[in-house]
Amino acid sequence: MKFTWFHLMPWPHMPEDFRQKHRSVWVDLPNRMYEPELGHGIYHQYLDQLEYAEQVGFDGIGVNEHHANAYGLMPSPNIMAATLTRRTSKAALVVLGNSIALYNPPLRVAEEFAMLDVLSGGRLVAGFPVGTSMDTNYAYGTVPALTREKYAEAHELIRKAWAADEPFAFNGRYTKLRYVNCWPKPIQNPPPVFIPGGGSVETYDFCLDNTYSYSYLSYTGYMRARLLMEGYWKRVVEWQMDESPYRAGFAQVICVADTDAEAEKLYSEHVSYFYNRCLHVHPGFADAPGYRTIKTIQTGALSQFTSAGRDYPNMTWKDLTENRYVVAGSPETVRQQMEEMIKTLRVGNVFCLLHLGDMPDEKVRHSTKLFAEKVMPHLRNLWPEWQNHDDRFWIHPMNERVNLKAAAE
Amino acid sequence: MKKRLLKMKALGGQIEVAEAGKGRDLLFLHGAGGHMPNDPLLAELASKYHVMAPLLPGYGRSTGEDGLRDMLDVTLHALDVMEALKLMKPIVAGHSMGGMIAAEMAAIAHTEIDKLCLLAPAGLWIDEQPVVDIFSKLPFELPPLLFHDVEAGQKLMTAGGGNMEDPEFLKQFLVMRARQLGMAGKILFPVPDRGVAQRLYRITAKTLIVWGAEDALIPVAYGAAFRKAISGSKLVKVPRAGHAVGQEKPAAVLKAIREFF
Repeated sequence: MKFTWFHLMPWPHMPEDFRQKHRSVWVDLPNRMYEPELGHGIYHQYLDQLEYAEQVGFDGIGVNEHHANAYGLMPSPNIMAATLTRRTSKAALVVLGNSIALYNPPLRVAEEFAMLDVLSGGRLVAGFPVGTSMDTNYAYGTVPALTREKYAEAHELIRKAWAADEPFAFNGRYTKLRYVNCWPKPIQNPPPVFIPGGGSVETYDFCLDNTYSYSYLSYTGYMRARLLMEGYWKRVVEWQMDESPYRAGFAQVICVADTDAEAEKLYSEHVSYFYNRCLHVHPGFADAPGYRTIKTIQTGALSQFTSAGRDYPNMTWKDLTENRYVVAGSPETVRQQMEEMIKTLRVGNVFCLLHLGDMPDEKVRHSTKLFAEKVMPHLRNLWPEWQNHDDRFWIHPMNERVNLKAAAE
Repeated sequence: MKKRLLKMKALGGQIEVAEAGKGRDLLFLHGAGGHMPNDPLLAELASKYHVMAPLLPGYGRSTGEDGLRDMLDVTLHALDVMEALKLMKPIVAGHSMGGMIAAEMAAIAHTEIDKLCLLAPAGLWIDEQPVVDIFSKLPFELPPLLFHDVEAGQKLMTAGGGNMEDPEFLKQFLVMRARQLGMAGKILFPVPDRGVAQRLYRITAKTLIVWGAEDALIPVAYGAAFRKAISGSKLVKVPRAGHAVGQEKPAAVLKAIREFF
């Protein structure tokens, strides 16, 4: 198992009456609410937490890209990952990822990811999301029905740029470059790639076709994720591929305390902040017409996976934990539920969301430390037939390879 | 209205065309919502004209939308359809998005179009009077943006029936909306301006511009901007009408067209 400590970097100062006063945390929330001088300390605290996660033994630390929102303050995840290359040395830097349809030219992603891989000594996991409709269409103006074609072209350019040893011309529909010449090149070539997906059938095939790991990022927990992941694994079987659990990852909200009761006491207010303020998205921004393919709508995936079960304002701590939106409790409770989650969904990667909403630093570290010390060790060996590792879906740091080489000599 | 299908070779698809009436030829290009159930404007126009109303790919049974990506694609496609329908110098009329396409056609092919009727066309942008973002609107938010008489408008829009609580109907509705507005978004999203302003000078057609005086979607100020940019054009404002001026006041629109052409 690989555990990545993932930060969303939310704005933690949304007021109590946020839901009543604002229709959306994304796209049209006035940015007067953002206070840059507070932001300074918040960014550094968040980066410290990611570094702490490496210290206590997480395999990876994760960042992602969002725009025009108070849910996640990383319009450029690469800037965050760059700072992390300097004060970490072991953990995978999971950038999940760059919304490649938004970069002009998308070669920029090939270059910046190469920079990160070189800076970190080959520790980059590269994520290529399509991006949410809020980010891609409403905040960054990409035409919804052309988003996926633009994405596919950007992906082709990036992979070709990494693979080439000499300049070449790229004549795409959306990008035309006479000289593609990616300096620097990545140490890992290519780095392992994770694709965040949310139920598009095309994404399953894209991952299988390219040997990318499918990462389902949901906040509704593993019981609701089951149908979607079963669809993915069914596809794996249809394609007659091996069923390595590292072909898939899942994001899970986790809260660990000494006892179940203590977990509720410590974390319920922050969980509530997360579900009721950070996820308060105006439905009109959630899914621009044309953003999803007709095929995806026709499968009925959307009604199954997105609309139902999101009555967050009326959900109590009990509702959220019993339905496993949140895995919370004593180390033993969390261990049991995590094991069930990992086995049910058949995932080798877990993106652990241990910072939530407006959670103060000491609680974040408390929960993180308990998870690392009392939960993670017991979950390490859940896929013994895969030696708990799959080379195709994890990083190959330079140091490790040098050692291997020396050993061989 | 008679419906027929027209194969379009270059597009690799087919176009559904509604046809009715007798008289001079009138080509009608619909807005982003497509035709309304029993469209009152088409019925009214057909009382005096031979109306041909093709549906853009992505609407109804018209297909081939993947081949249309930008304004030039759409404009040339519309000219292809006009040719395939064997229409010689018809009155080219378009509403909203259809008006934007009609204006582009008349600018690009100015020798082929000599009578142009723009009903609250999209295509221009005025910073002080932004056009409403229709893409982020929920279905129930649309009638007040389209109609001056919201209640009557609501009835017109939902005349086809259907129950949103029924998952199968909902799925079909979502597919329809994704196809239609997915296509429309290629020329209207996120800002409905694809540069027609710099081409309007080429229009030599006799041009009538009609606007609902109470248009809440594309403010009536845009009517003046189009009138100013198209030489010799005339702007008619229809009182107590919203953006769907033709569906809300079909008789007044027909009268304006009859008087002008």
